[in-house]
Amino acid sequence: MRTKRLWLAAVALVVLVALGALAWQRHQQRERELELLRGLWIGNLPALPSDPTNRVADDERAVALGQHLFFDTRLSVDGSVACATCHVPAQGFQDGLPLGQGVGTTARRTMPLAGVAYSPWFFWDGSKDSLWAQALGPLESVVEHGGTRMQYAHIIAQNYRAEYEALFGLLPDLSDATRFPPSAGPVDDAQARAAWEAMRPEDREAVTQIFVNIGKAIAAYERKLQPGASRFDTYVEALMNGDRAGMRAALTPTEQAGMRLFVGKAECINCHNGPLLTNNDFHNTGVPEVPGASLDMGRAQGVRLVLEDAFNCLSDFSDAEPEECGELRFIKADDHTLERQFKVPSLRNVAERAPYMHAGQFASLAEVLQHYNRAPDAPHGHSELRPLNLSQRELAELEAFLRSLSAPLNTPPELLEAPALPCLDCRPIGE
Amino acid sequence: MRSVMTAQTAPAPRSLFRWIVMGVVGMLLVLLVAFAAMLYRMNYVPADLDLSTTLPTAQGLFHVHYTPNQEPIAINKLHSWTIRVTDANGEPIADAVIGVDGDMPQHGHGLPTRPQVTRYLGNGEYLVEGMKFQMGGWWVVDFTIDAAGQHDTVRFNMLLK
Repeated sequence: MRTKRLWLAAVALVVLVALGALAWQRHQQRERELELLRGLWIGNLPALPSDPTNRVADDERAVALGQHLFFDTRLSVDGSVACATCHVPAQGFQDGLPLGQGVGTTARRTMPLAGVAYSPWFFWDGSKDSLWAQALGPLESVVEHGGTRMQYAHIIAQNYRAEYEALFGLLPDLSDATRFPPSAGPVDDAQARAAWEAMRPEDREAVTQIFVNIGKAIAAYERKLQPGASRFDTYVEALMNGDRAGMRAALTPTEQAGMRLFVGKAECINCHNGPLLTNNDFHNTGVPEVPGASLDMGRAQGVRLVLEDAFNCLSDFSDAEPEECGELRFIKADDHTLERQFKVPSLRNVAERAPYMHAGQFASLAEVLQHYNRAPDAPHGHSELRPLNLSQRELAELEAFLRSLSAPLNTPPELLEAPALPCLDCRPIGE
Repeated sequence: MRSVMTAQTAPAPRSLFRWIVMGVVGMLLVLLVAFAAMLYRMNYVPADLDLSTTLPTAQGLFHVHYTPNQEPIAINKLHSWTIRVTDANGEPIADAVIGVDGDMPQHGHGLPTRPQVTRYLGNGEYLVEGMKFQMGGWWVVDFTIDAAGQHDTVRFNMLLK
């Protein structure tokens, strides 16, 4: 009798301790989850950081000029390509293609632009360190806009003189065609390059300054492209307010399960952290090579390019003081881990922008998640992934969660379309 | 309780009952141990991690104290630290050559930047610029200190949110 009671008491005690531990662990987990989810909440997006390299970054006149330039196809070798050709506003400022298509085919996927101005690095390999320097790359790329800085300077002088001069001061007189030929620039095209090299150094400098200012105006416009609150953000807000009905209305149980995996077992949050769901850093995740393409070394190449870049933060064309160029001064440039690292993209609106990875290697979110789950070896360098051992059901839950991150941009609608006229006060296209 | 009383009247079921109870208790114990192991695995950061911001160097030659210029340290944000180096008696060290590096022991990658000591601020204090952490979790930051012909190292642990 007595032994029996003792046994029963022991059982009851063990059960109680187990239940207590379980409840405690659950509480701890919920607290930790809340903290992690709050970190991803769009309400925690800080004010847009200033861009000391670009004096007109927050000038509304530069935004207006930049918007015109962004949609102006005359800024290309044959009048067929504008920034908006690949960065399509109706598609979240990307094009839905594995590789960008300008006047030719690029080697990488077009990146979306919402929230881009929060990043210290641009392009998949971070080969540019300011938004304006980034904008200049495609303009002179032989497979993107395909034109030259001399050609673009003429377009500014002919079509945007007043708007340009209000921001950047008087344009030089470009009317002497022997000094300022129709097209010239340090580009791949041999003829344009020869014409550029024949120009006087001071004329080249003056033309390059106009080119740089084009980039700075476009950057001012791009800074306005901001992500909006998604159903996930509504959920976190309801969670913080203890509003259970609001939580249920925002995310389905499947999406909530996926969200817990995202911040927990699946470890997505390691890199996809902060309100933009990216650390804006570079990682090798073992993404496969593109068959037939030359090996892309990613960040290892990007650090070399940005250090050499004539338009980087420390260059004469930057408006920043050297001490404001911390990211460049303290860049990690000499490390084998940089091999085949690519930029971590924001996951906001991720479901709206298949295909995925830096060259569109994966057609669907399901394929991306399978890749992370398997964690294959990298084709070059070392993958940071470890197999996740997620079930098919868990992968489906994660995918459902990723789909809850879609939302219209938090950007004035008038900035999401081409301005009514190709420039602020001049002729429509074609005249 | 009543069924227990009934069971007591018959000797044979009594030992059976004991075995069942022992089995249940045993299973619960196993579950508890498994649960504890799971908890440990989930928080696989060493439980006794020293998070001090002041530490003696490995061989005790110097004492080092760090102060981040943003607190709490926000991830993905370039910032600087001030570190103070003294000798074992607390006297400031003015002429140290200091190296900085960081690592995530569980992830096999280090800092996204190459921080450097850029300035001596006086009173044994040095400015470390270029600090940045790209994810939350367990970080270590190592300083190597060379001063007056002596070399020593110190490792700080941090748990970032």
